[in-house]
Amino acid sequence: MSLLNILLETDGLSHLGGAIGAGLAAIGAGVGIGQIGKGAVESIARQPEASNDIRANMILTAAFVEGVALFAVIAGILAVLKP
Amino acid sequence: MFSKFTKSLLILAFSIFLLSITNVSVVYAEDKISQNASEKKPESEGKFDPAKLIMEHIMDAHEFHFATIGEKQIAITLPVLLYSKERGFAMFSFSRLGEGTIYNGYKSIDGKIVAVDAVGNVDQSVSMLFDFSLTRNVVQMLLALILLVVLMLNVAKKYIDGGSKKAPSGFQGLIEPVITFVRDEVGKPNLGAKYEKFMPYLLTIFFFILINNIIGLIPGTANVTGNIAFTLVLAVISLLVILFSTNIHFWGHIFWPPGVPFLVKVILIPVELLGVFIKPAALMIRLFANMVAGHIVITCFILLIFIFGAMSHVAGWGFAPVSVLFTVFIYLIEVLVAFIQAFIFTNLTAVFIGQAMEAPHNEEAGHH
Repeated sequence: MSLLNILLETDGLSHLGGAIGAGLAAIGAGVGIGQIGKGAVESIARQPEASNDIRANMILTAAFVEGVALFAVIAGILAVLKP
Repeated sequence: MFSKFTKSLLILAFSIFLLSITNVSVVYAEDKISQNASEKKPESEGKFDPAKLIMEHIMDAHEFHFATIGEKQIAITLPVLLYSKERGFAMFSFSRLGEGTIYNGYKSIDGKIVAVDAVGNVDQSVSMLFDFSLTRNVVQMLLALILLVVLMLNVAKKYIDGGSKKAPSGFQGLIEPVITFVRDEVGKPNLGAKYEKFMPYLLTIFFFILINNIIGLIPGTANVTGNIAFTLVLAVISLLVILFSTNIHFWGHIFWPPGVPFLVKVILIPVELLGVFIKPAALMIRLFANMVAGHIVITCFILLIFIFGAMSHVAGWGFAPVSVLFTVFIYLIEVLVAFIQAFIFTNLTAVFIGQAMEAPHNEEAGHH
């Protein structure tokens, strides 16, 4: 029995897909929020007086990026729970 | 002080809350009358199913379950209210539906209540069973509502009595800076001159989500904000507020996006139209997913102890300190997330309302 046969027999493929999808979403979120943080910290270094404004914008944008990553997590959960 | 109307509203909400918890019962699992309960217990005791336990923590239930000590379950069972056209109303405590017992023609299958006939099969003649039960989400929402109204009205009363001449004191000193924060960081920048009209809505959204998030973090309580029906309602209300504050200029931009070539306009029009509805949908999913993910992570870290313990006793005990440390760490992050998510929901609602209310500006000026 090949690996593909075994995967297709049980719910293995959908679980695999869901887990890999969630992991990729985590990578995406990490990269995205890391770049937001980098831009924010560099801007604060250039102009410390604006740090409050920059911090507010950083948190807002990070929430957007995290929201998108969590869409993918929800899709992963659905793939595992509803084969 | 409180007007008569708010007083009666508060009394109504509080009495519903009190009525719902008058069925405190310590349920003995051995006293179950039903046959299948005693048959099913031995085989379900041995297996430890972490996925099912996580789902039980995340989802709504008809009881507040605190602990299971040996055979005893410490829980507050809540009332069940059902209505169907064929059978009319039915109201009883959930403790009667214990482990698969059939009561009055109703049975609880996996937490969902279905109408059954005398034998126990699903009754097909009942087309639609409306479940208006006071589940734990509902009860917790009512409690949060009462708490919120009482606290906020107290703060308002202090301000009305003292005016801006007296320094804020006590609880007022905690809430007023938050209110001014929402006004100055969320309301004024996004809504410009007309911010006062929307401040009640924005403040309500912020404090309601915040208090439900915080209460949901206490062990034993229900996961209200991690329920997609709850966030759906909040998002729909936000959508309605946005739609009612649009002006003709907004719709002009949707159906004729400026500053792009004609072919791109054709593609952009359905995208913009969908965008009007997708933005509140994103609000809904963002809050729901953040809260559910947080609760799942906390539950998982605690369950790791038992997963390791199922392999070997020593591993379970040894892993316990590590797991507790991780859990406390994630727990503190979740408190931060509770505040951030409430702020984000409010901020984005304000941003979308501001976008809807935008006055005509010179959009062709930047075109070069």
